[in-house]
Amino acid sequence: MATARLRGVSQGTGALGRFRASKHGNRILVGLLFLFLIVFPFFRDPLDNFLDDMILALAYVVMALGLNIVVGFAGLLDLGYVAFYAFGAYTIGWFASDHFAYINHEKGIHILSGQFVQNTPGIHLNFLMILVIAAAICAVVGVVIGTPTLRLRGDYIAIVTLAFGEIIYRFAVNGDAIEFAKNYKLTNGRQAISPIDQIDLPFVSEFDSAFNLRPFYWFVLALVAFVLFCNFRLRDSRLGRAWIAIREDEVAAASMGVPLVKTKLLAYASGAAFGGMAGAFLGSYLTSVNANNFQFGFSIFVLAMIILGGLGSIWGVVVGAVVLSFINSYFIPDVFNSIPRDLGLDFDLTELSFGVFGFLILIVMVLRPEGLIPERRRKLELTEGIGEGIGAEEQVHRVTA
Amino acid sequence: MSTSAPQQTDRTGTSRADGGGDAYLLETVDIAKIFGGLVAVSDVSFVIRRGSIASIIGPNGAGKTTFFNMLTGFYKPTVGAIRFDGQDITGMRPDKITALGVARTFQNIRLFSTMSAVENCQVGQHARMRAGLFGSIVRTPRTRREERDTEEKAREMLSYVGLAPRLHDQMSINLSYGDQRRVEIARALASDPKLLLLDEPTAGMNPQESAELTEFMRRLREERSVTVLLIEHDMKVVMGVSEYITVLDHGTKIAEGGPAEVRANPRVVEAYLGKKEAEAEH
Repeated sequence: MATARLRGVSQGTGALGRFRASKHGNRILVGLLFLFLIVFPFFRDPLDNFLDDMILALAYVVMALGLNIVVGFAGLLDLGYVAFYAFGAYTIGWFASDHFAYINHEKGIHILSGQFVQNTPGIHLNFLMILVIAAAICAVVGVVIGTPTLRLRGDYIAIVTLAFGEIIYRFAVNGDAIEFAKNYKLTNGRQAISPIDQIDLPFVSEFDSAFNLRPFYWFVLALVAFVLFCNFRLRDSRLGRAWIAIREDEVAAASMGVPLVKTKLLAYASGAAFGGMAGAFLGSYLTSVNANNFQFGFSIFVLAMIILGGLGSIWGVVVGAVVLSFINSYFIPDVFNSIPRDLGLDFDLTELSFGVFGFLILIVMVLRPEGLIPERRRKLELTEGIGEGIGAEEQVHRVTA
Repeated sequence: MSTSAPQQTDRTGTSRADGGGDAYLLETVDIAKIFGGLVAVSDVSFVIRRGSIASIIGPNGAGKTTFFNMLTGFYKPTVGAIRFDGQDITGMRPDKITALGVARTFQNIRLFSTMSAVENCQVGQHARMRAGLFGSIVRTPRTRREERDTEEKAREMLSYVGLAPRLHDQMSINLSYGDQRRVEIARALASDPKLLLLDEPTAGMNPQESAELTEFMRRLREERSVTVLLIEHDMKVVMGVSEYITVLDHGTKIAEGGPAEVRANPRVVEAYLGKKEAEAEH
């Protein structure tokens, strides 16, 4: 709300720009977009590949929006975001599968769980509970990972978070060797915890990814809507302003009464909570939690989404996540995969996918450094060389005066 | 006269305050800051009376900004104590000190450059606001009211410092230099300070703008009963507005007192002009 009032920045031109600038223009556009997204699966086969790609893309949107709070709003470069994917996924791995098979005399613990798993051993909690628990666990982990970075700035934050991400990955991989009571393994490592319970919500029939992907799609769409809502509300709040203030100038922010520690940790915690929700969803959708998914590359993958879309720009991040996700799950494996072979080279394009992402980021950085849909503030920072510039100019002025 | 024994720190200013401890808004007791081997500030004792305008002057590198940074919590004094409004604030976090009622501006303008002037002033009210994670997402009636009130107050402050209303929603980076200085003061005032610290507020201003600012500081004290402490190089401003001046040189206090006293103090002349010239003048 507050940012919409900023002047001196173009609001977009042409008919679309004018419509968006009108009173409810933006809301109507967003409403139409969501209406289309809700309706379109009816025109697709329930097990359509495109639907599958969409579900993954939307789950990544949730993750990217979470990371955007940390990196885009608060300016804390987090290279260990995969840790929250891991914790979210293991939350559902532990609490919605037969992983703890001997618990309660092999009868298992069931709380509002779906009928498919009603009589199976292990812990089986309802998916909505899992979502809340995953968000809570990840918020705590976010604070734990964030704490050592509080005294650091910029690149050093990146190094510490990167190390944490790697530690979590190593624990995930080697977790099958970490055993506790009754031979419960911590993670099953690369053997994966599987199968994971399908999502079961009150008042609707249980989801089953073997027959129908639509419910998963609608669910993750709702999750995206929820996270989007939270993002917008947070951005235009006391907290959002404090994050941007910290991003721009920590010293000035502190002297304006912004508590740095608390505000930064809130950024880590809320970003992590969204990552954990996405992780839990992906665990259920992919029906397995495999340590291989939690490699460093995934952190970069999500970071690339928000850089491509525009750091700090909520819609930009959504677009960036969808674009990169489709390149990853559709364009590289299905459309362009055979290009190297057509050129007489002995490999598939999928083997180069990270190279492709790197190349794309390079292009974006050269041609459009502010991202596809830049945040107004960032755009100004990049195009007008402001921020530090004024201080330097002023100092010159002072020295010569 | 120049060879006479250095005048001991003048205590007339402190004795003039006859209302007891409560008359002082801020008090430092022998504070010092040592960086490695460098003594930036040593044993400075200092008081500001409620409702006064005080200045700290001194040549470049005298430790003025270091002193400010200790008052605002950015540096913890190596030794000594700072009391503000009857409370010990030594080593307290900057945001807590701000919450208690100390606000500052910076030598080089440090606005949040991509925020509008109004948003800058809303950040200034951070410590006076309460909305947390939940309130921000749900946007409870209280949060809405708080947002509305802080925006209103931000606009009021911006108008008070003389920023034209059409510039209120302008991104602060697009404002002129003088307007940025204004916004910085408005942002500090938005936090409802009892004590306002101005670090070289007239730097880069022309004489007319400096005169306006001088007038503004007087108004500030009259209308808002804010105590002002300023670091300033422009002697015209310092002598014109301050009731009490403290002179720092090489990290120590070499003189204090009213403008006339300080101006006449040979040590001050020496610190500013160097020993030889000071002698030559007499």
